[in-house]
Amino acid sequence: MSSNNHDLPGVTRRDFLGWASISAVALTALSVFAGIFRMSKPTVRYEESTRFKIGKPENFPAGTVKKLEERGVFIFSGDDGLHAISSVCTHLGCIVAVTETGFQCPCHGSRYNANGKVIGGPAPRNLAWLEISQNVDGTLVVDAAKEVPVGTKFNLYA
Amino acid sequence: MNNTNQTGISVFKENLKSIGKSFSASFLRSGRPISDRSRAAAMFNNFFLHVQGVKTHINTLRPGYTLGLGFASFALLMMTVFTGVLIMIYYNPSIENAYNTVKDINYVVFGGRLLRNVHKWAGEGMIIFVMLHMARVFYTGSYKQGREFNWVVGIALLVCTFGINLSGYMLPWDQLAYWALVIVSNIIQSPKEITDSLGITQYFDIGGLSKELFLGGLHAGKESLTRVYLLHIMLLPMILFIFLGIHFWRIRKDGGLTKPEHFVPSAADTEYLSLPEKKGGIFTTSKTYGLMELAHGKTPAVGKDVEHEVLSWPNLLIAEAALFMLCFAGVVVYAFFIDAPLKELANPLIPENPAKAPWYFLGLQELLSYSAFMGGVGLPGLALLGLALAPYLDREQDHVGIWFSNQQGKKTALLSLVVGTAVLIGILAFAINFGWFRNWWPNVPQLLITLINPGNIWVGFMIIWTVFVVRKTGSTRMGAIALFTMFLVGFVILTYVGTELRGPNWGFYWFKSQWPPH
Repeated sequence: MSSNNHDLPGVTRRDFLGWASISAVALTALSVFAGIFRMSKPTVRYEESTRFKIGKPENFPAGTVKKLEERGVFIFSGDDGLHAISSVCTHLGCIVAVTETGFQCPCHGSRYNANGKVIGGPAPRNLAWLEISQNVDGTLVVDAAKEVPVGTKFNLYA
Repeated sequence: MNNTNQTGISVFKENLKSIGKSFSASFLRSGRPISDRSRAAAMFNNFFLHVQGVKTHINTLRPGYTLGLGFASFALLMMTVFTGVLIMIYYNPSIENAYNTVKDINYVVFGGRLLRNVHKWAGEGMIIFVMLHMARVFYTGSYKQGREFNWVVGIALLVCTFGINLSGYMLPWDQLAYWALVIVSNIIQSPKEITDSLGITQYFDIGGLSKELFLGGLHAGKESLTRVYLLHIMLLPMILFIFLGIHFWRIRKDGGLTKPEHFVPSAADTEYLSLPEKKGGIFTTSKTYGLMELAHGKTPAVGKDVEHEVLSWPNLLIAEAALFMLCFAGVVVYAFFIDAPLKELANPLIPENPAKAPWYFLGLQELLSYSAFMGGVGLPGLALLGLALAPYLDREQDHVGIWFSNQQGKKTALLSLVVGTAVLIGILAFAINFGWFRNWWPNVPQLLITLINPGNIWVGFMIIWTVFVVRKTGSTRMGAIALFTMFLVGFVILTYVGTELRGPNWGFYWFKSQWPPH
């Protein structure tokens, strides 16, 4: 696309139009690809909400552990309040089991201590502590999409 | 016709009588293949056969050279397509029905179990044969002399083969399928391991985004099955067949299969070949020829029997037909006796213990048990990149078409096999007995494990060994042989460890009988 008109400075019309068409094609292709990706990223999810009710606080007497299997969380209840720990292993998403020392994953042998901290195996992250809150009707709500710092307890009377 | 007073009706009768003959003449175009000329015409006049050359080099037809591995892979592919279309008659890709329809195919549909078994075993057989075909192409140096690009196309086909197998594994929606899907989706998510270590996940969560695109949601569910089904029956097969077309076309365009530069036909060759009626090709020693203006590349060498080629009809076609029948019989017999696995319905609450991916991914799963990112994305990506770049980094053009190039190549391959096996078993034994960083220092940062783990050390050793071989021999081809041998050693040993020696909680057990109850 080199110009043979050396009198004119800058870009020739031919070069300009050539590059403009190439850019237009590239831009269109890029938009189409971006659109395909955006289109295939679901806007509606056919899944249950990440927020779910777990019942009244009285259901969780101090010193107990409840496993809410279908929700993938453990609810621990102690003297200083409640906390929810995710049962989904941070390695590849298997469901961990409670052991004497904490948690153990059946898939690749990741081990966690009682606070969900990784103490062995390939898991890259600690088990997530999830947010517990209370509805106006008094029931407790866990949000599996909201992580809270380790050690955050939900205390009714605090 | 000899009757000049024929009526229209009698002409019509004649035509009707000879309809078989005239149809076959219109169909075959060049008549029956009874002479060399008509045998050649039979090849280039036939839509299905013209993909192949009219003549085939004797070296290509030697069973010990190609071992028929590429064609066997293609034969298995044809069997998966055939059986796949048939079982699609009953399969329904929804999480409500998928498991039940696969069960129906297995237990109710006439011939369903055999079809499903053939589909499964031919598909998994493809993995073995495609890998072996790759090894044959590599060790005979057939990625050289203009075949560099076709090698890269072959790598793409390898990836498609793995992808189609894996997506098919997820369709029955049993426990195996579901937990394989969960594990694979989390492998796709594993770049999170890096972004987390760098603390940028909240701004740039490439892992989470890829997982969501793959699953069609945050968890494996109905949307995921739709997408996996789409990959298995449409997207990946389309890509596979496009690349396969290019692969075959390039074989022809790149001058057929590789052969040694100084090829000497042996007496044994003539035993199973039918030789051309006219010997010596079109060139005679009494004349001189100048094709320099007409032909690209090397001009034909006059005087020696330039071609060493025989007609593809019947030599090549008989070999292919025999190979196809062998593959067909082998798979059908295997499928008759050995059933494809089908566990209980998928249950998101109870992971399999151990939760294993299909066997061809268990080598990766072993690496995954050290670091999700390196095992799932980093190291396989590096391996594929290394394989794809091999022909561009090793550009020595001699000894093409000879297994292991020469005596030195044989020695290099054998030494790499022994050293690689010893080193990899050493690394694995160490990791299994003594654990890794986190067992010694519980607070070690994840990034350090991602960077230094048994898998990376093995790959690091492969690279060091290759550099050592290149320096020692002064040949990039020897380095390539060393590296590729190590790659195969790694694939085989890691797959074996992941398949046979890993039990509940990914613990190490010599035998399955030692697994604790769980």
